[in-house]
Amino acid sequence: MNDTMNWLAVYPEILLLGMACVVALVDLFVTDPQRRPTYWLTQASIAAVAALHLAYFEGGFTLYGMQGMVVTDPLGHLLGFFACIATMVTLVYARPYIGSRDMLKGEFFTLTLFSLLGISVMLSANNFLVVYLGLELMSLSLYALTALRRDHGPSTEAAMKYFVLGALASGFLLYGLSMMYGATGSLDLAEVFKAIGTGQINKQVLIIGIVFVVAGLGFKLGAVPFHMWVPDVYQGAPTAVTLLIAGAPKLAAFAITIRLLVEGMLGLAVDWQQMLVVLSVGSMVIGNLAAIAQTNLKRMLAYSTIAQMGFMLLGLTSGVVNGNTLSAANAYSSAMFYVVTYVLTTLGTFGLVLLLARQGFEAEEISDFAGLARRSPWLAGVMAIFMFSLAGVPPTVGFYAKLAVLQALVSTNVAGYIWLAVVAVLLSLIGAYYYVRLVKVMYFDEPVDTTPVHAARDVRAVLSLNGAAVLLFGILPGGLMAMCAQAIVRALAS
Amino acid sequence: MGLLSVAIWLPIVAGALLLAIGRDEHADTVRWTALGAAIAGFAVTVPLVTGFDTSTAAMQFVENLPWIERFNVRYHLGVDGLSVWFVLLTAFITIIVVISAWEVITERVNQYMGAFLILSGLMVGVFSALDGLLFYVFFEATLIPMYIIIGVWGGPRRVYAAFKFFLYTLAGSLLMLIALVYLYYKSGGSFQILDWHKLPLPMSAQALLFFAFFAAFAVKVPMWPVHTWLPDAHVEAPTGGSVVLAAIMLKLGAYGFLRFSMPIAPDASREYAWFIIALSLIAIVYIGLVALVQQDMKKLIAYSSVAHMGFVTLGFFVFNDLAVAGGIVQMISHGFVSGAMFLCIGVLYDRVHSREIAAYGGVVNTMPKFAALAVFFAMANCGLPGTGGFVGEWMVILGTVKTNFWIAALAATTLVFGAAYTLWMVKRVYFGAVANDDVKALADVNAREFTMLALLALAVLWMGVYPKPFTDVMNVSVTELLRHVAVSKLN
Repeated sequence: MNDTMNWLAVYPEILLLGMACVVALVDLFVTDPQRRPTYWLTQASIAAVAALHLAYFEGGFTLYGMQGMVVTDPLGHLLGFFACIATMVTLVYARPYIGSRDMLKGEFFTLTLFSLLGISVMLSANNFLVVYLGLELMSLSLYALTALRRDHGPSTEAAMKYFVLGALASGFLLYGLSMMYGATGSLDLAEVFKAIGTGQINKQVLIIGIVFVVAGLGFKLGAVPFHMWVPDVYQGAPTAVTLLIAGAPKLAAFAITIRLLVEGMLGLAVDWQQMLVVLSVGSMVIGNLAAIAQTNLKRMLAYSTIAQMGFMLLGLTSGVVNGNTLSAANAYSSAMFYVVTYVLTTLGTFGLVLLLARQGFEAEEISDFAGLARRSPWLAGVMAIFMFSLAGVPPTVGFYAKLAVLQALVSTNVAGYIWLAVVAVLLSLIGAYYYVRLVKVMYFDEPVDTTPVHAARDVRAVLSLNGAAVLLFGILPGGLMAMCAQAIVRALAS
Repeated sequence: MGLLSVAIWLPIVAGALLLAIGRDEHADTVRWTALGAAIAGFAVTVPLVTGFDTSTAAMQFVENLPWIERFNVRYHLGVDGLSVWFVLLTAFITIIVVISAWEVITERVNQYMGAFLILSGLMVGVFSALDGLLFYVFFEATLIPMYIIIGVWGGPRRVYAAFKFFLYTLAGSLLMLIALVYLYYKSGGSFQILDWHKLPLPMSAQALLFFAFFAAFAVKVPMWPVHTWLPDAHVEAPTGGSVVLAAIMLKLGAYGFLRFSMPIAPDASREYAWFIIALSLIAIVYIGLVALVQQDMKKLIAYSSVAHMGFVTLGFFVFNDLAVAGGIVQMISHGFVSGAMFLCIGVLYDRVHSREIAAYGGVVNTMPKFAALAVFFAMANCGLPGTGGFVGEWMVILGTVKTNFWIAALAATTLVFGAAYTLWMVKRVYFGAVANDDVKALADVNAREFTMLALLALAVLWMGVYPKPFTDVMNVSVTELLRHVAVSKLN
């Protein structure tokens, strides 16, 4: 199994790499200031990759390729499919915004494709080094994208922070992985899993290694106490890039968490679960409390992300109970459902921030949303759906995400986990306050800015679809839940 | 699609359509569409009572389809004697609310009507859901339209009131969510309420469940001391919002006690009945006195609602046929009466733009027709025999006497306090000499206002004179519920 190249396993990545190069070249010959050919070529490429991912997911098989360096399984392809969709939606929302801010260049599209390639590589990694490779490819592209608006102070500052802290996090992760390698003698996830399973490995080295790995992952997920970069980068980066950072990369971070911690180190679950509980509760407390104090919407959403990721991590903490992995599939698929629906909702919230921005005006203060229900009832309604979903109020999809995680906790039947569920619920009540406050601003306050809302037709249509999806998955969440469960079950079986 | 599904989804779909395509330029079309939808929504609920089999406690008009297969959640609807009248009440009050807003709401009419129609469908869903999660979804979803209604069309402190309403009720119901998930796990993967009724549970688990449900339902009822959101919400909400809050939303909580707390945790319910009874008595006596000193008419009626709902919870937790049935009758009649009281205040407010009792006096001189109706509702509110308000209170007191005379005696003070605060308000607002120029300039109710008040007056009178159709429907279900609660589930 491990000595073949098996090119079939990496077709999506090859296609993505090829198209990223083609887009870079084609753009040189594009004279249209709107960069339409580049834009459409990029969208078409991602759509093709998405279709490929979906076809692989439907196939439902697990294949190892490149001498066991990569794996192609339903988990990777489902998340890959969602990552592609998220990126396409991001590009639709971003186009008018970057067009009016001197960012509409070929680099934007090429770098986006490269970051998507990095995500794709991470999703199918079966080896420590491949995980790292994908992570760096994605991160470097995103650093460059953050800095793309050269003459804009805050963006440059955000890019600098993002780069320094991101590099530090990568260092942590790499250091942790090297310790795991030193202890187990392998970089291959399955080999590491087996080596840990033998119980012959020096436990202390493993524990120190896993502390560093969890710290690195915590950085990437933006969990407390490794969250410092999140608010600054979210606020400072051009909103279009914020959306690129807040969307698909969260899926990738979730995927490598599963690959490293579950597929590689499930034997150490008792140890990393404890760490994740601390990260998770810390994130929910700090994220929710700090979000209340924000007046900048992008910063508020950044803290909200921290809190939401904390809630998602809860799902990962309940997989192994008393050394028993029976509830693992349930727990991990709940977390996966959470992260997928979170990305879906986040796309819409930042999409609206993008839409309300105009030439020379950023609609990123909460007060910029005042009276939106009068200026545009439709868009205000869509935003309200997103907010109620983030707050976890039915009938939106955010409710089922929270429900799935809570039932994973309660079904362990361990008192500690049930109390954890109670704590999570009470903290999400605090969260509800600031989400509902935005609804208040949109519906109850008088508009300060009475300029009519101009929205490109495609942006408006995709936003409406986005809102409809949040509502539709809230009324019929069964299908998406089943897909996540199927992907996780297959990933655990292999 | 069964009748219940139509009763739920018809108003929701109509409301969503109004939200999507209604415009203020076509406000009249929006109003007529809303009225049509409300009447149609009511019409489909009528066969629920006419076709109701009063000889069985089993669920009727059942619909049962898979919904979320991964968690074995089902789209399971049905009504029994405990819930069927609330479905009708909800649909009926929705018609009244639509009529009451006719000339009053002139801005964002489609959003106002749409919110109320959606709210109506959701509340019917709460009363007919037989799946725990489905119940929760409807129960929680009602917060969204009510939050918007209070916040957009409310009074000066509407933002504060809307937030208080939203966060208070959300806090309570989130604890219930944990309880539901726990029951799901304990019952081996079922969200069916009827399965949970049969589930044996140890006392410690029952106690925790009981208090988790208590958190959700006590806030909603609302019981003392978690009632403080209600006066704020009532005072700030527009008339329609107050009517729906008082007439139906409070009943969601009391209904929850009947459907969840008592049958799922019967041992804990008996164990902690003293606690509920104590809180109910405080609500009846203390809140009755609080109502007495209110300056604002809406606040007065809000506190009177808390006191009346105290009667309902008292009736439930003395575990006696008559008292439980009395509690349910009281809920229905309070739905009509308190709704009507808020409409009366709305009628005055639309003309004078004040809710202060002191701003009025001698209204009967300028609005004789209106005053007659208003005084009638006031009488019903203090439980005059012959009105709906009397039947429920009488049944509860009678049932309670069988359990404990002193509790009944304390509860019966409501007849004194209720009469005191209501009649004193009536005296100051309606009777006496014309107090000021505002009152002198008042025009009597128009045909629209008269129609909605008269409809309610007929309902109140009917319940007072001939309550048999109401009690007949619930008798078997109440008996069955009490038989169930009497059996221990400890082993």
